[in-house]
Amino acid sequence: MKPQSRENAGGSGFPMLFYKELLRFWRVAAQTVTAPVLTALLYLLIFSHVLEGHVRVHPDHSYAAFLAPGLVMMSMLQNAFANSASSLIQSKVTGNLVFVLLPPITHVEFLGAYVLAAVVRGLTVGAGVLAVTLLFAVPPLAAPAWIVGFAVLGAALMGAVGLLAGIWAEKFDHIAAFQNFFILPATFLSGVFYSIHSLPPFWQKVSHFNPFFFMIDGFRHGFFGQSDVSPWLSLGVVAGCLALAVGTLLVMLERGYKLRG
Amino acid sequence: MRFAIELHSVFKRFGAVTALGGVDLTVREGEFFGLLGPNGAGKTTLISIIAGLARADAGRASVMGHDVVADYRQARANLGVVPQELVFDPFFTVRETLRFQSGYFGIRRNDAWIDEILENLGLADKAEANMRSLSGGMKRRVLVGQALVHRPPVIILDEPTAGVDVELRQTLWRFIERLNREGHTIVLTTHYLEEAEALCGRIAMLKGGRVVAQDRTADLLKRHASAYLRLRVAGTLPGALAARTPAQAGGAYRFRLASFDEVDTILAEVRTAGLHITDLAVETPDLEDVFLQLMGEAHA
Repeated sequence: MKPQSRENAGGSGFPMLFYKELLRFWRVAAQTVTAPVLTALLYLLIFSHVLEGHVRVHPDHSYAAFLAPGLVMMSMLQNAFANSASSLIQSKVTGNLVFVLLPPITHVEFLGAYVLAAVVRGLTVGAGVLAVTLLFAVPPLAAPAWIVGFAVLGAALMGAVGLLAGIWAEKFDHIAAFQNFFILPATFLSGVFYSIHSLPPFWQKVSHFNPFFFMIDGFRHGFFGQSDVSPWLSLGVVAGCLALAVGTLLVMLERGYKLRG
Repeated sequence: MRFAIELHSVFKRFGAVTALGGVDLTVREGEFFGLLGPNGAGKTTLISIIAGLARADAGRASVMGHDVVADYRQARANLGVVPQELVFDPFFTVRETLRFQSGYFGIRRNDAWIDEILENLGLADKAEANMRSLSGGMKRRVLVGQALVHRPPVIILDEPTAGVDVELRQTLWRFIERLNREGHTIVLTTHYLEEAEALCGRIAMLKGGRVVAQDRTADLLKRHASAYLRLRVAGTLPGALAARTPAQAGGAYRFRLASFDEVDTILAEVRTAGLHITDLAVETPDLEDVFLQLMGEAHA
């Protein structure tokens, strides 16, 4: 083999890193796709059975129909976060992240590959949850563009937050703590299972500081054509949070924070 | 002449510990270069800085003339690194691992070269095996393959033969020597000094984060190591000879030689004293002597 002096670095490493990240979760699809779909189905069965007849958010639709989009979005967000966070922390702990750090992959390519793979997993899980919930309740489809927009932006935001957590974490416990003390409470208190109008005024105000509320509310607007706050406000909050997360990530990657000693 | 690797006044601290205290080092294109030193000398830190895995607090490093920070894409594209740790991705097969690594360097349709790597590293029959199922030695071979997959002009091997069997060592060195003959610059760190002595044309020795020697291997041996004459005699050495060396058990003596001409002189004195020589050997200098001497001096 003759050495190839590479005066121009080869093509982009992004497509292969993206493909590898897709393959990584797809190889264990039972754990990364099927399991969250099953979990969402259990939520739907239990909550709709217990609360149907007691809670009616929209006069023309069942509680199950109200719950289904919330569960879809919650599953998407949690799995988008889990994808980038778990991939990165696994690579850091086992040491194989070095294979991604040695090649001439730019910060934007690195970020893009992890976040886009997280979006794909989020959307895959979301599609699965939607498919099974349709067996029990069929919500209307008022504005599909909002559905797609919030699904993609929400998954991208959580993929980016997952990447932030993965870079920050030094062991699996850190990721578990992030999930248990931040992601899980924020998703449960976001209006997945209820409308925030059913909350006391104080907690309604608190909900407005929860980005998950805007993601769920905007996504649900796409189905019902009505929401707790304007979808444009929700879009602005989600896009702003995404820009903040991406900006923070780029600074961290530029400085090599916790990745390059 | 363009240098394959160039380091100027590189400093690196980890908290209160100075890992590198102003390292200047050059590796010429096409060289087989050894980077030696005891544990904690700073070898891996130095490699990490060259590879962009760590950042120097001060100083500059470049690969094939490309600064590893300002021009990191070109620097990394020209470099292949075999890490010291036995790391792997458990989700994938050997072939997938090499394809991914190739793709990270932006190289598609690289299967012909990947097949050649698999063949040369004795991995052809393991190509479709999952990385988890491989032995430690096989995983080490894959690490070498990953470093070569983009045909880099500069290859750094960080203790590639640590804990591997003789067969792999021989296979690996044959392949690496071939790569060096074909024009690749090789930088090797190893604790096996005989390997470094046999393979490396030039050597740098690190101690406490500083380069304590950097020269051609032959010159290092000439300058820092001595040959010894080992004798076993029946009887007691005459006073003048005995003063040159401490007596060892069973009438054995070891004389340090300034030159091989001294052998004649010593043997003549032994014969004059009427002593019978029961055993005789000349120990030629080796890199271990140089290493021990330099590390001792640096420690003093």
